[in-house]
Amino acid sequence: MKIGVITFPGTLDDVDAARAARYADAEAVSLWHADEDLHGVDAVIVPGGFSYGDYLRCGAIARFAPVMTSVIEAAGKGMPVLGICNGFQILCEAGLLPGALVRNKNLHFVCRDQWLRVENTTTAWTSRYDAGAEILIPLKSGEGGYVADQSTLDELEGDGRVVFRYVGENPNGSRNDIAGVTSKNGRVVGLMPHPEHAIDALTGPSDDGLGIFYSAVDALTAA
Amino acid sequence: MARVVVDVMPKPEILDPQGQAVAGALPRLGFTGVTEVRQGKHFELEVDDSVDDETLAKIAEGFLANPVIEEWTVRRLA
Repeated sequence: MKIGVITFPGTLDDVDAARAARYADAEAVSLWHADEDLHGVDAVIVPGGFSYGDYLRCGAIARFAPVMTSVIEAAGKGMPVLGICNGFQILCEAGLLPGALVRNKNLHFVCRDQWLRVENTTTAWTSRYDAGAEILIPLKSGEGGYVADQSTLDELEGDGRVVFRYVGENPNGSRNDIAGVTSKNGRVVGLMPHPEHAIDALTGPSDDGLGIFYSAVDALTAA
Repeated sequence: MARVVVDVMPKPEILDPQGQAVAGALPRLGFTGVTEVRQGKHFELEVDDSVDDETLAKIAEGFLANPVIEEWTVRRLA
């Protein structure tokens, strides 16, 4: 079971994402932004950070990196893809997920442990959770406000494609308290908070994030 | 050669906290009467004659702006 983790110039969380994949008994494979080859991986994580310095817009440059061409193609064939934080922004820019992420409503960079509710447990990345489970994982972003036009929001809500929702005070002005969404087929998921930082009580606020990576392994094993 | 200006602005319905912060600062600085500020991006491109309007629109729509949250205008400077 191979899970690829992409590194762009400015990526920060590739090491933790690879560690999370290994915790879930997958083999973590490093993927380089300039390399179109996905090296036979079964799933891809687009990790957090500040790819290309967030120039132009968060994720706008990374979306055109050679590796993303292959990721978009693979996602079209059903490969599970997870975007975390900047990775979520990149997947939105790439059109794999609807909507966009904008500057936090209060303009402050938010860095805290955040409660989320898992709203959809049928995606390739959330099957290990109980419906409605509340999980505590770190949120650290300055442009985490999820926005989409009203018809898109209505569609996402109607189809159950809101995967994670902030519990308690909305940290960034996201519409409908949305922290994460999924593609129509449930294979591509993006979220602003960082499950890869919450896989071991030694180094995170909980191990609540681990279920995401186990879910992907389950999805790949079942396939 | 021609100079082309692309202006990118957040859509009216998109919250613009940066513009609001600027608007909020103005009265504190003694400037009254400014009721709203919207903040966007301004690009200046030097292009040769082979770049037609259709190409410029593709550049603006597909890269310089994110049509989910932003609208754009292209104009050629004389």
